[in-house]
Amino acid sequence: MKLDDTLLPILYMLAAMGFILAIKWLNSPATARRGVIVGEIGMLLAVVGTLLRFEVVNYQWILVAFVLGTAVGIPIAYIMPMTAVPQRTAFSHACGALASALIGTAEYYKGLDQGAGFSTVVMVALIIETLLGFLTFTASMMAFGKLQEVLAQRPITYQGQNFVNLGVFAAAAGVGLALIVSPARSVLFPVFALLALLFGVLLIIPIGGADMPTVIALLNSYAGLSASAMGFVLNNKLLIVAGALDGSSGFILSIIMCRAMNRSFTNVLFGAFGQLQTSAAGPGEARPVHSATAEDAAQILDSARNVVVIPGYGMAVAQAQHKLREMFDMLTKRGVDVRFAIHPVAGRMPGHMNVLLAEANIPYDKLWEMDDINPEMSNVDVALIIGANDVVNPGAETDPHSAIAGMPIIQAYKARTVMVIKRSMNPGFAGIDNDLYYRENTLMLFGDAKAFLSSVVKELGALVKA
Amino acid sequence: MGNYEFDLWVFMLAAFLGFQLIRGVSPLLHTPLMSLTNAISAITVVGAILLTGEKDASTLSRILGFSAVFLAVLNVVSGYLITDRMLKMFKRREPEKK
Repeated sequence: MKLDDTLLPILYMLAAMGFILAIKWLNSPATARRGVIVGEIGMLLAVVGTLLRFEVVNYQWILVAFVLGTAVGIPIAYIMPMTAVPQRTAFSHACGALASALIGTAEYYKGLDQGAGFSTVVMVALIIETLLGFLTFTASMMAFGKLQEVLAQRPITYQGQNFVNLGVFAAAAGVGLALIVSPARSVLFPVFALLALLFGVLLIIPIGGADMPTVIALLNSYAGLSASAMGFVLNNKLLIVAGALDGSSGFILSIIMCRAMNRSFTNVLFGAFGQLQTSAAGPGEARPVHSATAEDAAQILDSARNVVVIPGYGMAVAQAQHKLREMFDMLTKRGVDVRFAIHPVAGRMPGHMNVLLAEANIPYDKLWEMDDINPEMSNVDVALIIGANDVVNPGAETDPHSAIAGMPIIQAYKARTVMVIKRSMNPGFAGIDNDLYYRENTLMLFGDAKAFLSSVVKELGALVKA
Repeated sequence: MGNYEFDLWVFMLAAFLGFQLIRGVSPLLHTPLMSLTNAISAITVVGAILLTGEKDASTLSRILGFSAVFLAVLNVVSGYLITDRMLKMFKRREPEKK
């Protein structure tokens, strides 16, 4: 049985190369699907390599778990609507984190049974693995609940919340430390696990929907780091590398998200955004707005040379992306240049809007990033805002007291005409009033995004015939 | 298991490689990126298989390992498939159809 020393390390190394290339090829949509294939090959090599190891002799349960996992995984991948991708992502973070936590738990009890004792290094890695695993599991389930709207989306806060959270975390870390010092005190392990699980729940309670992109990215990072820690426990480089790739990916994405909101990590996690600000804005003070009908909107769009559409989560909620595509087609046919401006935090996870628009068959070269579109906004005839609010709020640039002061925005206000499809004048998620709505060149289009866009499409059709 | 120093070096280098690679990924594809890395981190299936397949694993190990294999395979399968499903949707402008 020399296989373990010769062939298997090479299989693992090839697997790691597959994962690295998979991420590398994701840098462009043209090569991205090739990336998925090498990633799959990498995983296959890793699994085959592991099954061939001499200590693996009992195949029946592995096989059953493979069949069950595949049977549940395939329908999830194909039935899941694209609007539900954030929930699915949160759910799979939960699954991945739970898997690491369970393996860590089993490794701990196995080590106790064998009585050989743990080296400090292994114990540190094991505690990190299970701590991150358990807390990411419950945190991701909470995020899933909020995204699926099983739980209230509004952040829930109470007096002294941060102290309670930090206290629970300190307790978990303290018990973890005690276990590292004396691994044989096995009564502590369930306590440690429960504290980690509890902390995960507490962590997400004060998080609102608008902060989900950052939090999901952060949980992605934790799940990866947990897998990496498992690599230290099992002395397996492939796990270390794959986990580190996932960990750094989630970490960078959450930094990008934080920057796009001009906020810090601590502020996202402990700031409980999205409440209280309404009172500061002075409620009930009705300022005049200009509103317009679908007919007016269609005419304005039709006579424009170029249009920039700025979608937000509201578009996803109203499922308006397919109607938007119809409008895009008609306007393009009439010679209007239509582009889409995507704010990094639009939607409920990084890149969410791009996926929805791509699903609606909008070509990706029409999807523009915020930094690329902003210099051109003053040459834009019409900015059409659909279900977005804070990401176009000029208050972020002009009002230093605004809750979103300093957040980079898509400068819709620079366009000659701004049109906003919105249900009512209720403030958006962050509860901040938006000065854009009261401007001279802004037209409010009141109604459900999908219904309103279909009327616009109908009116455009009438214009074509006339 | 004395070579944790070597493991730490591997971790550090892989993390930096990760930072560089992720920076190159277009924001257009951040959602597929997350589902792909999520599938990759289901490499924990390796640990789960080792645990479940051992010759004389305890019942606890067997149960926990079995659940972990299930969860990890679920993530591998759904992660790769949904990533591919998303990427398939990203198209350049199609030729004008009549």
